[in-house]
Order: sequence, then C-alpha cells, then structure tokens
Amino acid sequence: MQNFIQAYSWVNIRFLLEGLWVTVEVSVVSIIASFIIGSILGVLRYVKIKYLSAVIGFVVDMVRNLPLILIIFFTYFGLPHLGFKPGILFATILAMTIFESAMLAEIVRSGILAVDYGQMEGARANGMTYVQALWHIIFPQAIKKTIPTIVSQFISLIKDTSLATIIVLPELLNHAQIIYGQNTAYIIPMFVMIALMYFVICYALSVLSRILDKKLA
Amino acid sequence: MIYIVTHYWSELVQGIGYTLLSSVIALVFSTIIGTMFAIFEVLPNKAMRVIGRVYIEIFRNIPLLVIAMFFYVIIPLYVAKIDGFTAGTIGLTIYTSSFIAETVRAGIQSVDPGQMEGARANGMTYWQAMSKIVLPQAFKIIIPPLGNQFINLVKNSSVLAFVAGFDLMYQANSIASLSLDTINSYMVVGVFYLVITLPLSYYMRHLEKRLAN
Repeated sequence: MQNFIQAYSWVNIRFLLEGLWVTVEVSVVSIIASFIIGSILGVLRYVKIKYLSAVIGFVVDMVRNLPLILIIFFTYFGLPHLGFKPGILFATILAMTIFESAMLAEIVRSGILAVDYGQMEGARANGMTYVQALWHIIFPQAIKKTIPTIVSQFISLIKDTSLATIIVLPELLNHAQIIYGQNTAYIIPMFVMIALMYFVICYALSVLSRILDKKLA
Repeated sequence: MIYIVTHYWSELVQGIGYTLLSSVIALVFSTIIGTMFAIFEVLPNKAMRVIGRVYIEIFRNIPLLVIAMFFYVIIPLYVAKIDGFTAGTIGLTIYTSSFIAETVRAGIQSVDPGQMEGARANGMTYWQAMSKIVLPQAFKIIIPPLGNQFINLVKNSSVLAFVAGFDLMYQANSIASLSLDTINSYMVVGVFYLVITLPLSYYMRHLEKRLAN
C-alpha cells in the first residue's frame, strides 16, 4: 500500500498525464486523418474505376494484413533511407494513419455495400448525379450503419498508440516505463494506473458508441 | 531483398516458427477461456453475468502491449522465471480471449432460444444442452470471425518483439541491424507476414460470403 501512495506522488502523476496528453494528441490527429483518407479510399474502391479501384483494393488489403509495429518501424527507420526523415511524433502519426486508413476503407466499403441499392436508383431517378447520390444519400447511411465498427476501430487505434513506445515516443506507456525504471516497487502501481487511464478513455468511447448507435437507429 | 532472404534464412524461419507457435497456442487457450466467459455472460445467474462482463470489458479496453509488458515484468519478479516468449504469449492469450468471448457470446445469442428450450424439454440438463446443442451451432456461425481473430493474432504476436520473444518482428529488427539494410529487411519480413495473413484473410472473406448465402 505504501508503494502505491509513494508511486502516485503528484510529480509522477503529472508525468503520466503528460504522456497521456501525447497519446491523446496522436490518437486525435490519426483518427481525423484516417477517417478522411479511409472514407475516400473506401468509396474509390467501391465505385469500380478501372484499374484504380483494383490497385486501391490490393494496397488496402496488404496494409491491413501487416502488423502495425512493422509499419511504425518502416516510417521511422525505413523512410530516412529513402531521403525523408520524419520526427518521432510525425512517424507515429504517419504509421497510424496509413494503417487505420486501410482498416477504415474496408469498413466504409462494407457499409456502402450494406446500403440498399434501391437508394442509389431512387436518388438517380430523382435527378441526382452519381456523385451527388453517393455523397448525399449513400455515404451518410453507410457511416450510420457502421458507427459501432468505426468506433471500435478507433478504440483499437488509441490502444495501439502504445506500440510507439518502441521508437521512444513520450506517450503514456513510455512515461510509465521511465517511472518504474527508477524504482521496481513502482511497477505494479504504474501498470494499474495506466491500465486505468486507457480503460477510462476506451470504455467511455465504447459507451458513447452504444448511445450513438441507439439514437441513430 | 533476395540477399536478405538467402543470407538470413534461418533467422526468418525461426521467426515465422515462433510467430505461428505463439499464435496457435494463444488461439487455442483464448478460445477456451473466451468460451468460458461467454457462457458466464449468458447464464441465468446474475453474479456470473457480471463477472463475464467485467472480464471482457477490462481486457478489451487495455492495450495488448500493456498486458504483455505487465506479465513480462511482473511474473519473473514475483512468481517464476519465464522467458519473453511465454510472457508475451500469456498476454496475447488474455487479450484475445476477451475478443473471442464477445464473438462466442454473439454466436450463442444468435442460436434460436427454442433450441435450448427444446433440449431442456427433452430431459437434458442446462450444461448438456449448452455443450451438445447450443455451442456446436454457435461455433458453426462464428468460424469466420474466429478466423479473423487468428489473423489478428498473427499480426498482434509482433508484440513479442518488445519482450524478446524471437518472433518474426524481433528477427526483423535483428536482421535490420545486422545487415544495415533497414528498408529491405522490413520489406522481406512484411512479405513473410503477408504470406500467412493475406491468403487467410481472403479465405475468411470467401467463407463469410458462403455462409451469408
């Protein structure tokens, strides 16, 4: 018990919160970027443009089936050899965005496929162009249908930011490691605290997605 | 790229072996544990339902790496000397079991409740009905999601690289630092991962489509 009280000194907690802030920062930027890019890729894969859709489909499938850690390594250690040297933060966000965009592209595409084709026909019959129908009628319904899946993908993203500790991004897990590296008695208190922090964020999001899903249904 | 493959063949094969071994062990045990907690969640007993729910929610909402690191650091310190591979696989099993529990629960609930009632009316006990009637039907439905979990396991087993688990990702780093050819080392390892995961993922998509029709 003594360990816990000592481990949770204000200095340590503040240090953890700084790490949490980096985690949140990386997550929010990656979520926004991957939602936009993923939606575009998903739609492009769906609309069947000659060659382009097939290429996008293949690349998306490839990225989805690689471990995220490998992509993080590639952006951080690999890219400098190609003449572009990203910082730790940028390399992490880049890797997360590449990986999550592919995941979201697949979710969005399956959402579009789940929308009744009559919706498209109805929109076209009412004088909308194909692109208008896609943007105003099909896409919103597809997103509505896939909200639980999208949110759970974002929860994965938040959890996966911890992988960036391997390239020493100063995020939550990394800061916890620094603290318990100084004193082994702090190991359990630190793991309990960061598990709690991740849990609160992720669980809150999953509750939110359930509420959203009920409201929109 | 060819140079990396021919030169570091033994490391790559060892890496693939450990990755697959860890994934298979974790799949077997997390299916057992996951099924157990899924059954907890559909039991008539409220206390058991709460236990099932709490287990699933806790381990679904904590990063795999945090769980794996926890076992890697804690077990040798307080319990027994174990290597990184074991600690990582334990973490992988516990993390995945919460996702499998959720899948199995959905499977059980998608089986018509009439099946359970019918079995009970024919004199089976609850456990007989669950294990002989409901679960086999549930597992038939959830084969594709379970397959997708296995693909996730293969990818997620890359956390073993953090705990010196000698998996494919760990080998990627050592090959990259030995050969000084970072890009090609990671590319080769990426291809090795894709050789396992891509065919599986196409097969699961095919299976899903067939089951849907």
